[in-house]
Amino acid sequence: MADFDVPVLGDHPLCSVPAIKPGAMHGLKPFAVNNPMHNTDLGFPGALVENWEAVAVAKMGELLGKYRSLQVFLDSCVKCGSCTDKCHYFIGTADPRNMPVARQDLLRQIYRRYFTLAGKVAPGLVGAKDLTKEVLDDWYSYFHQCSQCRRCSVYCPYGIDTAEISMAAREIMDSIGLGQKYTNEILGKNIKIGNNLGLPPPAIRNTLDGLEEDVEDATGIAVRFPLDVKGADVLLVTPSADFFAEPHIDGLIGYAKVFHQAGISWTLSSYASEGANFGMFLGSYDNMKKAATRIRHAARELGVKRIVVGECGHAWRVAYSFWNTLIGPFDFLDPKYPAPQHICEVTLDLIRRGALNLDKSANDHRVVTFHDSCNVARASRMGTTPGGQYSIPRDIIRASCNHFVDMDPGTIHDQTFCCGGGGGLLTDDLMPVRVKGAYPRMQALRQVQQEHGVNYLAAICAICKSQFLKVLPYYQFDRDMIGGVHQLVSTAIQLGTKE
Amino acid sequence: MTVVTELYALLFYTAAAILLIGVVRRIVIYARAPAPLRIATMPAPLTRFGVVLRMVREVFFFESLFRSTKWTWMFGVLFHASMALVLMRHLRYFQEPVWFWVAIVQPFGKYAAFGMLAGLAALLARRFLVDRVRYISSPSDYLMLCLLLAIAASGAMMTFVMHTDIVDVKAFFLGLMRFKWQPLPADPLLLLHLALVATLMMVFPISKLLHAPGVFFSPTRNQVDDAREKQHVAPWARDAV
Repeated sequence: MADFDVPVLGDHPLCSVPAIKPGAMHGLKPFAVNNPMHNTDLGFPGALVENWEAVAVAKMGELLGKYRSLQVFLDSCVKCGSCTDKCHYFIGTADPRNMPVARQDLLRQIYRRYFTLAGKVAPGLVGAKDLTKEVLDDWYSYFHQCSQCRRCSVYCPYGIDTAEISMAAREIMDSIGLGQKYTNEILGKNIKIGNNLGLPPPAIRNTLDGLEEDVEDATGIAVRFPLDVKGADVLLVTPSADFFAEPHIDGLIGYAKVFHQAGISWTLSSYASEGANFGMFLGSYDNMKKAATRIRHAARELGVKRIVVGECGHAWRVAYSFWNTLIGPFDFLDPKYPAPQHICEVTLDLIRRGALNLDKSANDHRVVTFHDSCNVARASRMGTTPGGQYSIPRDIIRASCNHFVDMDPGTIHDQTFCCGGGGGLLTDDLMPVRVKGAYPRMQALRQVQQEHGVNYLAAICAICKSQFLKVLPYYQFDRDMIGGVHQLVSTAIQLGTKE
Repeated sequence: MTVVTELYALLFYTAAAILLIGVVRRIVIYARAPAPLRIATMPAPLTRFGVVLRMVREVFFFESLFRSTKWTWMFGVLFHASMALVLMRHLRYFQEPVWFWVAIVQPFGKYAAFGMLAGLAALLARRFLVDRVRYISSPSDYLMLCLLLAIAASGAMMTFVMHTDIVDVKAFFLGLMRFKWQPLPADPLLLLHLALVATLMMVFPISKLLHAPGVFFSPTRNQVDDAREKQHVAPWARDAV
């Protein structure tokens, strides 16, 4: 089914480290922006500017002064090789430029040439290079083969995070007019219309009406999906995929059922109908802030007391780690609750307080494993203790079903593997690297499938869900294995018994 | 006063100045660069004290490297710990009277030279033998290891094979520190050792040796997990739209 090689799964839960194949993924690149508006909407030049070399170097200088991470990370690498076998894209493609350090070096060679004494005096000695069209092509190709999952940063003795490097590289490319179509077009819609799909308010209302009917047909209970309700307690901000995509939509139904049974008044916002924030993928502080600002406006406008974020990995990173700084302070919200709060924090708290009636046996046809989404696992937290982002979703799963097993310890928690589609790579023009990048996760999944009969892969990220739906069949898994944590809750919850 | 003494005196003043100014300048650059967003690699400590513990584990025990690859960790620890002992032992050449603990370290520091050599040799072998590490290595990566190997080897030679007049060497360095120059013995091995050390000092601020100060400024390691509780708006970010 593929016009490229798909890795073959073995018996061991961990993939072996491949011998390097230089150039294996050379030339694979996503579509660039061809409609200038997709760049200019974000404040970038519409097309590649004439003096792009100078502009790029100047932008790099600007970013070095703005981000300590970039400056320290570009200086500190000792080429120890610790990260070289940690990236799912390297494991899946064997292309040495997908080793985190080699990916960083694409930017570092330019940093050294233009910003360090050694690189100016003796470029050949320290691997410094002039910025040429060839280098720019490499940037565009390999900085779009990084999902910014931060797995390499876990193992680096200096904590060098390739995500920071690839964000800087993408910001530099955007600043010279070389934007990636998928991310930029979507981000533009989010900033202008309020969601990644460009859904206008009536379309959202229409979808929610349909969901209300579906749930009532299935359960006999009138569960509401409120939109733009002023004075609601909770504003739910969730990835717009939850409104229409499978299996995401079952997660949204799950959130609604939880709110319904717990008697929490909640609402979605048509003005801020997107949890995702692709501004992060570009490393663009301004655009990230613009997208997030809609949410602050909506929360104030609706007069809510809490903001809750649905199942979405990078959305939760932005919400947890960046919102307070970008669009805070949230002094207009109820201080009794963390701002923002993850839907899993809300649900587990309700379960512990006995506010939800869950029948685990309703999920007895499922043997569940949990995929820690990279941005949740390595870039955020849930709850009040470090590692709550691992225990809270699992506790919800255990409260919702009888059969749960974890995958190999080397592939979960902070060592989790990215699904292969994060960081702006969830586009069909990058299918080869998406499929190959999923290899380590698929390998760990195969083991629990064989040993425990796992038939449900739970995730709390819209990108993970879309990505797995697409790549599971390449590895001879059933595509319907993928689902949300709140889909399990939705199945288990006994409506009409508690409210 | 011989020409050699004058040459080496000037060399060490220069090297020390470059090292000091270069590293301080870098540290100022790191410290001044803002960290506009919380990017700690999670799970991260919730308190400042927790961060100190995390940094201690990272700096003294190479925690992240340990989780990553046991071989590199072993060679890395062997080299760094041995070098630390060797450096501590060398303090005796810069002080009179010699501190109590420096005297205690002396015998360990002597034999640590072999640990340094073994660790460096293993790290160098990795660069040739592991295809991934070979791919990412620049000439400077090999040269740096060779430089350190040559320093360790020439030093060990003087300790164990061809002794130099160490009392005179100490007098030379104390003289440098007190700006009352004393003659330096013109042993070839000693001169080689000192020239290599001066070279190392001078390349330090423009090379990957910056990982030493850099690790303390690494935002993924030194940040407290407090983003929901505290705002961290960088000065430049106040104007962001």
